[in-house]
Amino acid sequence: MNNWVLICVLLMLMALAYQFGLARSRSVAGQGAARMHSRPGYYGLLVALWCGLPALAVFLLWTLFEPGIIRSVVLNQLPPDLAGLQGNELEVLLRRIEQIASGFGVSDQPAAFELAAAERMRSLQNTGRLAMIASMAVLCVAGLVWTLRRIDPQLRARNQVESVFQALLVISSTIAILTTIGIVLSMVGEALHFFRFVNPAEFFFGTVWNPRFSTTGAADQGQFGLLPLLWGTLMVSIIALLVAVPAGLMTAVYMAEYAPAWLRAVAKPVIEVLAGVPTIVYGFFALITVGPFFSVLGQTVGIDIRATSALTAGVVMGIMIIPFVSSLSDDIITQVPRAMRDGSLGLGATKSETVRKVVLPAALPGIVGAFLLAASRAIGETMIVVLAAGNSPILHANPFEAVSTVTVTIVNQLTGDTDFASPQSLVAFALGLTLFVITLSLNIVALYIVRKYREQYE
Amino acid sequence: MEDTVMRATLVNAEKFVGVANGALKMAARDVRVFYGESEALHGVDLDIYENEVLAFIGPSGCGKSTFLRCLNRMNDTIDGCRVTGRIELDGEDIYDRSLDVVLLRARVGMVFQKPNPFPKSIYENIAYGPRLHGLASGRAELDDIVERSLQRAGLWEEVKDRLEQPGTGLSGGQQQRLCIARAIAVSPEVILMDEPCSALDPIATAKVEQLITELSETYTIVIVTHNMQQAARVSRRTAFFHLGNLVEVDDTTKIFTSPSDGRTEDYITGRFG
Repeated sequence: MNNWVLICVLLMLMALAYQFGLARSRSVAGQGAARMHSRPGYYGLLVALWCGLPALAVFLLWTLFEPGIIRSVVLNQLPPDLAGLQGNELEVLLRRIEQIASGFGVSDQPAAFELAAAERMRSLQNTGRLAMIASMAVLCVAGLVWTLRRIDPQLRARNQVESVFQALLVISSTIAILTTIGIVLSMVGEALHFFRFVNPAEFFFGTVWNPRFSTTGAADQGQFGLLPLLWGTLMVSIIALLVAVPAGLMTAVYMAEYAPAWLRAVAKPVIEVLAGVPTIVYGFFALITVGPFFSVLGQTVGIDIRATSALTAGVVMGIMIIPFVSSLSDDIITQVPRAMRDGSLGLGATKSETVRKVVLPAALPGIVGAFLLAASRAIGETMIVVLAAGNSPILHANPFEAVSTVTVTIVNQLTGDTDFASPQSLVAFALGLTLFVITLSLNIVALYIVRKYREQYE
Repeated sequence: MEDTVMRATLVNAEKFVGVANGALKMAARDVRVFYGESEALHGVDLDIYENEVLAFIGPSGCGKSTFLRCLNRMNDTIDGCRVTGRIELDGEDIYDRSLDVVLLRARVGMVFQKPNPFPKSIYENIAYGPRLHGLASGRAELDDIVERSLQRAGLWEEVKDRLEQPGTGLSGGQQQRLCIARAIAVSPEVILMDEPCSALDPIATAKVEQLITELSETYTIVIVTHNMQQAARVSRRTAFFHLGNLVEVDDTTKIFTSPSDGRTEDYITGRFG
């Protein structure tokens, strides 16, 4: 029986159990001895949960541990001359046995001991499967009967059901947190590994980025200076913010203060569509249209502008984060109480004076928060820079030249042939961790500012 | 019981009766206000005289705040709001195309129901209006305006040592007096007050009421209030609004003792509203 079929059967049983619980609680209520503690639906749910959850737990644990147990049993019974196998050879052998057992087969003629082991594995798997289904069935029925018998006016079914759902909510919210922690831990681990090859001081303060290739030998492992990359990231992000902040802020002011309702209803979603364009599309827009345009523009005014440069990447990235800035600022500007505007208008201020002198200052902390969030978005952006920044990790201050950023370098170090024991690949984790720390601190500062602002009016 | 309280407060109002009518300051003729298609105010005719305190009373939704906001065109800021009829300030139509609404609001100031100081320092709150209209030519002159406005609003002694602190940090009553000082700072001729005490405690209310009485020596004041004792205490004349109509307007003493309309009597004796 397929696992999915098993789950479906379990769900159907739970639905059945719900009906049983419902019927039982109604009949108990019908005897009229006392008022039931909960409404019938809660008794039904309680029966369904007791019927389904223990069986489900057995199913999960079984599928988690069964393969390991079967493998060790099979391994123990292999011929003694194979007992010394280690590492890859053992893996290959086990893989072969598993494939013979599943009926998929292997390309060459299997050895006799392999066939025997596969036979043993198959029988173990069959037995295990039957045992699992049997124990699930027993738990299902036991849970059903036991809970049905417990139904009486004193049983606090509602409280029990609700605590189960609460646990479900807690588990869901923990998943995101645990994932974040897991990501950080794995990056820290690999980054530490990297720092065994390269001195942290050389990494954080080095001005030359020249990692070589891992295949050229361990004698010369290259130079891993972070500064050229960090500078590239900074330059592109600053250009992006120089584009996005004025445009986004003015959009927000227009939308929140001046635009008539119908225009706002149309234009706001359209602007937000910009945020939904995949970054790779922005990337080739930069590469094919914006870059050559800047190059030609540079020629006409006599400046040497490369088609792929910090300028190209920054400007396009700026366009990408305009909706981000405008939408956040718009929300914050509309949150400024009407009383503030009335107060200013009532003193004879014009609309634009009111916006400049009262609304924007009142919204300023929130707007700064929005900028910082946009900045951390710009720093972490990858696709546009991969395509349009030119990938040249050299420390220079000319925005018309090609640069490389932290994110681009991570992509470069992790694509193609990689050997995860060499500093050339491991450096990606150190870079990733650096980036993570930067964006995390920007986000924390931004959220702190936004929250502080919120307290002012609520 | 209600009646004795009312009569006791009217003793205060007596002193206004002797005040002769000043010159005509504002005049409204057949003012109607529409929110979209629905008419909220059905043709109001009302005269407002110089240096008087005129109170608007009436049940919620009767149109008294709406009418007040017509007097300095604050209704312009509400989407879908339309005003017809004629309102004059010193004989000039304030809804005339040639009139600058910014200048109108400098002449007809407004104090709102909820104290709404800007999230700026106390000083900046007062200096805001004079700066907009270029009333001060230098820092010294501006300092002077700020000090005089705060003194007139009776707030100077309480805040003179902390002018640089945010206006939002003051108590509710102080905030409302700050807003009154802010309105005075642009030297308006008329001050409109929309339930200025409804968010204040009784002590702060008493201070604001005393302030209104003092200010009426210099300014024309129109006040909307839900509190009939307040109307009786501070105003010389009272206008009663009901369901979008101006029912009657007369000397406060007369409104509270022998109103000529049955609806007014029902309202002030607490039979509805």
